[in-house]
Amino acid sequence: MENARKSVFDGAAVSCVRGARWVFAGLDFTLSSGDALVLVGPNGSGKSSLLRLMAGLSAPASGKILWDGADIGADRQSHGARAHYVGHATGVKPALTTAEDLTFWFTFRLRDDPDAERRALEHFGLTERASFPVRFLSSGQKRRLALARLLAAPAPLWLLDEPTVGLDVAGQSALESAIAEHRDGGGIVVLASHVAVALGGSEREIDLADYRASHADDAGDIWSEFGA
Amino acid sequence: MNGFTAIIRRELKLAMRQGSDAAIALMFFVLVVALFPLGVGPEPGILERISGGVVWIGALLAAMLSLDRLFQADHEDGALDLLVMAPWPLEALVLAKCLAHWMVTGLPIMLISPLLGLLLHMNTDAYLTLLAAMALGTPVLSLIGAVGASLVLGARRAGVLVSLLVLPLTVPVLIFGVSAVEAAAIGQDAGPHLMLLGALLLAAIPLCPWAAAAALRQAVT
Repeated sequence: MENARKSVFDGAAVSCVRGARWVFAGLDFTLSSGDALVLVGPNGSGKSSLLRLMAGLSAPASGKILWDGADIGADRQSHGARAHYVGHATGVKPALTTAEDLTFWFTFRLRDDPDAERRALEHFGLTERASFPVRFLSSGQKRRLALARLLAAPAPLWLLDEPTVGLDVAGQSALESAIAEHRDGGGIVVLASHVAVALGGSEREIDLADYRASHADDAGDIWSEFGA
Repeated sequence: MNGFTAIIRRELKLAMRQGSDAAIALMFFVLVVALFPLGVGPEPGILERISGGVVWIGALLAAMLSLDRLFQADHEDGALDLLVMAPWPLEALVLAKCLAHWMVTGLPIMLISPLLGLLLHMNTDAYLTLLAAMALGTPVLSLIGAVGASLVLGARRAGVLVSLLVLPLTVPVLIFGVSAVEAAAIGQDAGPHLMLLGALLLAAIPLCPWAAAAALRQAVT
């Protein structure tokens, strides 16, 4: 792919507070081009929160997340350009057609490559649905459309939060081959999933249950003041 | 500016295909103004005297109706997360949203206002000034409204809350908008009032997107 240079995405002593409670603390990770990281852990252990931290949507309570040594919070635009985030909500618009929705996102991300758009639709089996209004798509097809953005507007960092929800077998294998290809091209994938997803090579795993904050009282548990 | 026009095109498409929001704002505007001759009585002198104020207040209230949807839908379906991760300034994104919002609600309100002036026996000399004042004032409503709409994201009864937040801030627009129309109606120079409206617009263009962008970043955390 375009960047032969190796990129490093790492976090040092990252902690997360939500609703005045520590979710996890002291989490370190280091990923370089081609790596994949799988986040596991029970519900509520902070997988989605960590992905949102990595996306730059929220800031860590303490610690730092760095891309090539630069804090991602310092330049949110550059981080936005290099990261793709696919969350639980797909953000597709029922009133647009499949192709319109995809076209919007890649124009929005300042890409101009109709060929990539065509290939993205094809890869996720949406070519025949291109002129369909999104409201007539099934939930699995909406998920495919959200994932098609990954291919339509290439970016080195993929942050995928339960990307297989609603996907059928063919959809999941399309996702798996997209991930493998992305890693071959030097991309980084971080994925939270309860379903086993083949990532096309070796992968690292972080179990967020290991980072459950032991110093839970330090956050100042405001709820206890209300007797809850 | 690729992304800027992409946002505007998307918003206009969405508004046209699920267009009830814009139509409701316009209908509301017409209805509110049309109620005044019925409530105050058809006496031309009184209606003519209050026509400028009534049209402007109607426009303010109508603009409030559509504001809560400005970011709410994107917030609910997850698109806002991706919008905030824009590879270009978020402030420009807010500006594009405001521009699209104005084209869908402010522009129709502006275009229909002389017709409602006619309903209220407004002095015909004031029509052009009314159009000019609306052209300067309605974009300010969309801009200030964007700040309110981004602040109430996630709140219950956001639609009511945004009106309570935004209406007091629109008082300067109301004052200068009405005085421009009244000055024109009695044959005075409306220029200074229009210039003040223009100044409000020029101040709102950089300040409101800046504030709204900060609120949006907060909303997605």
